Amino acid sequence: MAAGVLRRPVARRLSFVDAFLWAFRLAVVLVVVWGTVGTLRLGRYTGEQWVDFVVFGLAQGGIYALIALGYTMVYGILRMINFAHGEVFMSGAYTAYFVAAPLAASGFLDRHPILSLLLLVGVAAAVSTGVAVLVERVAYRPLRRAPRLVPLITAIGASFFLQYAFRGLYGSGFKAYPEFQLFKGEWQILGIGVLRTQAVVLASAAVLMFALYQFVMRTKLGKAMRAVSEDKDAAALMGIDVDRIIVLTFAIGGAAAGAAGILYALVFKQVHFFMGFVPGIKAFTAAVLGGIGNIPGAMLGGLFLGVVESVGPALFLDGLGIPAPYQLKDVIAFTMLVMVLIFRPQGILGERLAAKRA
Amino acid sequence: MWRVGLVFGAVASFVSLAGLVEALHGRWVVDGVLSTGQVLLLAIPMASGWTAARRSSGSLAARVGAGLVAGATVGLCVGLLVWLRSQVDLRGMFVNASPALFQLLSGGRPPQAAWPAAVAAGGVMGLVGAAGACAPARVTRPLLVGASAALSLALFQELVLLVLQPESLAPVRDWLFVAGGGPTAQGMAAVLTLSAALAALRHASRGRAGRLALPPRAQRMAWSVVGVLLLAALPVAGGPFLAQVLVIVGLYTLMGLGLNLEVGLAGLLDLGFVAFFAIGAYTVGLLTSVGEHGIAHWSFWAAVPVAVLVSLIAGVILGIPVLGIRGDYLAIATLGFGEIVRLLVLSDALRPWLGGSQGVLAIPKPVLAGFEFSGPQHLYYLTVVASAVVAYVAWRLQDSRLGRAWMAIREDEDVAEALGINLVSVKLLAYGLGAAFAGVGGAIFAVMVGSVFPHSFQLLISIQVLALIIVGGMGSIPGVMVGSAVLIGLPELLREFGEFRFLVYGAVLVAMMLLRPEGLLPAAAQRRELRAVEEEPVELARAAVGAATEGGG
Repeated sequence: MAAGVLRRPVARRLSFVDAFLWAFRLAVVLVVVWGTVGTLRLGRYTGEQWVDFVVFGLAQGGIYALIALGYTMVYGILRMINFAHGEVFMSGAYTAYFVAAPLAASGFLDRHPILSLLLLVGVAAAVSTGVAVLVERVAYRPLRRAPRLVPLITAIGASFFLQYAFRGLYGSGFKAYPEFQLFKGEWQILGIGVLRTQAVVLASAAVLMFALYQFVMRTKLGKAMRAVSEDKDAAALMGIDVDRIIVLTFAIGGAAAGAAGILYALVFKQVHFFMGFVPGIKAFTAAVLGGIGNIPGAMLGGLFLGVVESVGPALFLDGLGIPAPYQLKDVIAFTMLVMVLIFRPQGILGERLAAKRA
Repeated sequence: MWRVGLVFGAVASFVSLAGLVEALHGRWVVDGVLSTGQVLLLAIPMASGWTAARRSSGSLAARVGAGLVAGATVGLCVGLLVWLRSQVDLRGMFVNASPALFQLLSGGRPPQAAWPAAVAAGGVMGLVGAAGACAPARVTRPLLVGASAALSLALFQELVLLVLQPESLAPVRDWLFVAGGGPTAQGMAAVLTLSAALAALRHASRGRAGRLALPPRAQRMAWSVVGVLLLAALPVAGGPFLAQVLVIVGLYTLMGLGLNLEVGLAGLLDLGFVAFFAIGAYTVGLLTSVGEHGIAHWSFWAAVPVAVLVSLIAGVILGIPVLGIRGDYLAIATLGFGEIVRLLVLSDALRPWLGGSQGVLAIPKPVLAGFEFSGPQHLYYLTVVASAVVAYVAWRLQDSRLGRAWMAIREDEDVAEALGINLVSVKLLAYGLGAAFAGVGGAIFAVMVGSVFPHSFQLLISIQVLALIIVGGMGSIPGVMVGSAVLIGLPELLREFGEFRFLVYGAVLVAMMLLRPEGLLPAAAQRRELRAVEEEPVELARAAVGAATEGGG
């Protein structure tokens, strides 16, 4: 459009900025290559360890992908970042703890592990859905027509409110999630020893994502969602109740985030009122990475981010002789976030949605 | 009205279970009779009644009836909560569902007998609220003023007691306060009536000839003299505790003024702002520390300009990569940068230089001509002077060519660019100068605490600064000061509030955006923009058309 035409000659004038950005890119690439070569030459890790890193990354990435779905679907429809989505994720997992603890105490958890897991996922998804819908109703819906900055600020406010509301209700300590006996130890899959929790997490995430994808692509409601994300006003003219579809979008994103919360609790075995922040940001990174507004992209982005984050500290940083590279795990994720936003805001699966606003 | 009552009932249950009511119960409004926690509980059905009466259209009786029902519903919800607690152990889930809380909620009655009393009390408060909604402003306004004056006295009683410390004021003190306890009934009644009467008088005289005979210029002079005297006298009258609080308010004001250039004027939402505060603090820490990590042993006064310069450069450097990013993406990208800075400082990798999680210790206090700024009462004056200088710079910037360029890019980047504004330099100046202001705050923070460590520079700080700008009014310098006094100063003074501070911040951010998006003391332009919809119907139509084309384009 007009703005795009205007921008081009200006871009040439910004040469020192471009030079800076190229230097930035080059520095990151150099660090990555230097570190990788260094690590591989050191040979500190065995092949088996690398496989472990990748599997752990995939499990982690599956969780990010589930959360990212909520960001991406809401963005697709409302063109806004639901900053409170990380807290939606937290609310489900934290509340389900109060179901999991008595189940574990009564022994039901170990007698019927699959049933318990389904029950927990159900509870978490229900709570997260409720919170997501409530946030939409209170903080976003009245501001549909407000300037862009306004809903972003209410989103930040809602995110804070939720964190400290749950802190006030459930306390500020870490709660240890009960462990499933069934998921302890390893399974041999294709000759590789995989921790059972990670296999379960990866499998559940895959099933859930597949189901969601089918819902969006095959059902009538999914079609309505896609129509609203394409063009709200035209969709309304076609007889789609836009407000209802928006609520539905928040609800589905919330349910996915709630399920992700339980999977997260399975891997990390504890919950906390602040647990939503970092996974929330990372899932957002995943959503942008895959091309925001794009559902398969969010899944791909989540898995990719999970693997990079898990392999990265050992692969890129260890070779540079940095002490305790795992402390910088989040730095890798945040650097990826910043790099994607700066250099490729349309993501891997370049959506025209994102290109339009870049 | 049922639904209004249920919503407010949920709010009442939530504040009870979240521990807010019990925390506020520790402070008397009238000693032995009424606590702030009880006031909060009673205010909820009142608000419910008020809302229901405002919403229902119809005869007076219908509106009052709606208020009654809405208030009673809140009471019913609280009664149900009390009953529920007698049936199941709520404490397993809700840590704050303590016996003391339910003692308070049920008024000491057994759970079965609690709900009729709760419904009755809720109904009465709902009636009061409905009456407030139906009565004319000349009645309700003075009552509201009186009630808030009485409540302020209750909330700040420690401070008032501190001022009334001298023996000569003992009679006033004893009349107003129970020895070692809260305010007396007669004192509260006097404060309430007095302020209500004053407000009524003011209301009655409004609209007649000018309130003060002085010309506006002289009035402004008089106000500034009063303001300066008050600023100078506050820490002396209030003691070191108040001075400490005021220093913190001053530091947030400095940061707020900086972020205000970015968000308020230039419209660049920066969530990594605390990084620049940290950079200022670390620079001063490293340059002046006499401890392990000190590199230069400079004096504070030599280190401050360097700290400001380093922050400014850091602002520009972090600004360059995000030049092309707008809106929400910019917020997230800057948040990412802020977290990267914090994580790097925290990591073992940089520990030899920056001290890891322990940070830089042993930062000496500033000394000027043999005078050491040791306690908060001394640092207070340093902070006030720094804030005044920075506020002056910000004020001069606001109406300069640069300030107008910032406002232009806030409104529309493409148009601003077409008008010949160099986006690169203008944006980088916003980042750089904003960061420099924060750097001043960081420098004072370093000497105030005497050490700098990464834990002081969390994302929370950035959010707080953003919140205070929004509450004060985006783009408005007095707004920044009011915002930091309200959001930073009040919670510091109200100790029992500490835990709930961020809960309230979150709620305030949302409520402000819904009810008063322009803030408490808005800048003129911002007000026009955000209230355009109400003032000009044409604007509304234009906005609707704009939104439609945006959605379809």
